[in-house]
Amino acid sequence: MRQGRLVRAAMLAGFAFLWLPILLLVAYAFSADRIPFQWGGFSLRWFHALAADERLVEAALLSLRIAAGAASLAVLLGGAAGWALARFGPFRGRAVFGALIGAPLVLPEVVTGLSLLLLFVALDILTGWPAGRGATTVLLAHATLGAAFVAVVVQARLAETDRSLEEAAMDLGATPFLAFRTVTLPLVAPALAAGWLLAFTLSLDDVVIASFVSGPAGTTLPMALFSMLRLGLTPEVNALGAVVVIGVGAMLAVAAILLRPRRG
Amino acid sequence: MHGPLRSAGPPMLLRAEALTRRFGAMLALDALDLEIAEGEFFALLGGSGSGKSTLLRIIAGFEAPDSGRLLLDGHDIAATPPWARPVNMMFQSYALFPHMSVADNVAYGLRRAGVARGDIAARTASALAMVGLDGFERRRPHQLSGGQKQRVALARSLVMRPRLLLLDEPLGALDAGLRERTGFELRALQRETGAAFVMVTHDQEEALALADRVALLDGGRIAQVGAPRAIYERPASRFVARFLGAANVLEGQAAEGRFDSAEAAATFAGAIPAGTVAVALRPERIRITADGAGPNTAQGVVEDVAFRGDDSLVLVRLSGGATLRVAHAEEDGAPPERGASVCLAWDADAVVALAS
Repeated sequence: MRQGRLVRAAMLAGFAFLWLPILLLVAYAFSADRIPFQWGGFSLRWFHALAADERLVEAALLSLRIAAGAASLAVLLGGAAGWALARFGPFRGRAVFGALIGAPLVLPEVVTGLSLLLLFVALDILTGWPAGRGATTVLLAHATLGAAFVAVVVQARLAETDRSLEEAAMDLGATPFLAFRTVTLPLVAPALAAGWLLAFTLSLDDVVIASFVSGPAGTTLPMALFSMLRLGLTPEVNALGAVVVIGVGAMLAVAAILLRPRRG
Repeated sequence: MHGPLRSAGPPMLLRAEALTRRFGAMLALDALDLEIAEGEFFALLGGSGSGKSTLLRIIAGFEAPDSGRLLLDGHDIAATPPWARPVNMMFQSYALFPHMSVADNVAYGLRRAGVARGDIAARTASALAMVGLDGFERRRPHQLSGGQKQRVALARSLVMRPRLLLLDEPLGALDAGLRERTGFELRALQRETGAAFVMVTHDQEEALALADRVALLDGGRIAQVGAPRAIYERPASRFVARFLGAANVLEGQAAEGRFDSAEAAATFAGAIPAGTVAVALRPERIRITADGAGPNTAQGVVEDVAFRGDDSLVLVRLSGGATLRVAHAEEDGAPPERGASVCLAWDADAVVALAS
């Protein structure tokens, strides 16, 4: 049993390493003291202060809008890409297509951000769109990143789904569109929903890419937080962190439930 | 095998004319002709790569032939998409929709066809009753055993009242014990519904046991087609003789009603037409005797003996060099020992002349 105890201790140490900083952040959000790492008794004052901070609330709302838009666009693009990779057979350029779709997963965010910035600037000069940079360019950049994740999730789901299901539907009188709507779509719907949540979370978290492609009117929540760091932290940031941690945690839990292996 | 394969009997339902299909360099179907009558149980038998699955998928509409015609009731359906054909298929994997209940699976095709709501319920219930699954309506596919899944897949196809039901390896995924029973049930369902069943299988026993007629495919062509007993007893070629029942095939020269085989060091007497290039001899038609001479006998040494329950398979190396498979029935006493010298004898009507 010595080994069992050792394994358990190692696991606890691992969890502590991962979760202690986050737990501390959430705990100090409820501290009354002005200094973010000094306990001053339980209080909700920083949550009230957060709600009253117009700049942060506005940034949070913008972030949520961008995340929702980027996630939706990512599901459309990534879903189509995952479908093509899983079902179109060995078409010409498939390997290149797959590599390009997955590129944002492995490229450093700095590279992705910089390349997107160059693209947007060049487009602006050549076509006049997008006029300047702001929320739109951040949304497009996040959709690119999110589409990579959605494509991977959808492709994996389709790969474990029997292809003859679609043929069976057509054999029973369904046109390809009806077969897609009544059989394929319900089967990949959990993957699409999970992909949407992943893309949403990624967009909400991102500060690097957003910093590159954003403009004056496009300050997202992580960007606002980052700039607050330079002026000195208040426990308001802890309160915001707690809200984000709980929100993101809930979404990841939902994604995990949607992606759990099918029975049978 | 060009020209009509059948002249009398029930009216023709499906007719394939010179169907050809290539996949890259591989010729999956090579100008294949085939006729299937109304209400018959037909088996497409062949090894992997014989073209049997491609033919099934062309009849279902999932593949298009490169050339040739496919006639259903005299109308060319080669260009008709699968959802518009009065043909249904039972998939090897059963392809039950995992997100639907058993009843919704069976009702799927009826809904697509726009059948009235009340009729859908009634027809779904009677289809499930027909396969013995009443009371399973609300189950999900993952809650069913393999045999039950197979029945749901059958009910889902038969509820459409197809003229022609295609079955892709229908017994392939079942346990050995369940196969025999399910085979009899399939035949009963086929008689009950009056639909023509076309089954694809690689298992010759399955094909011989279930089908009214069997087509043995080889390299995208039909090697032989006919009633199971006819093609088993009268194989037309070396390939058919070896595939069905693993007959012994011996090469040699035909001369005036006799066939001399050097590799068997024996002479075969019987119905040997001119142009015979080989003869087939079924393992169960060969007797092991103490001594013998003359035509339709051979001498050899026992190479190995394998006990198979109701008989023993004896491998006998003949003095001419060929090895014969001999089935030695249990009621004929103990089989010879390994290394024993034996005489083999067979009746003239056991000799099957092969022209190719």
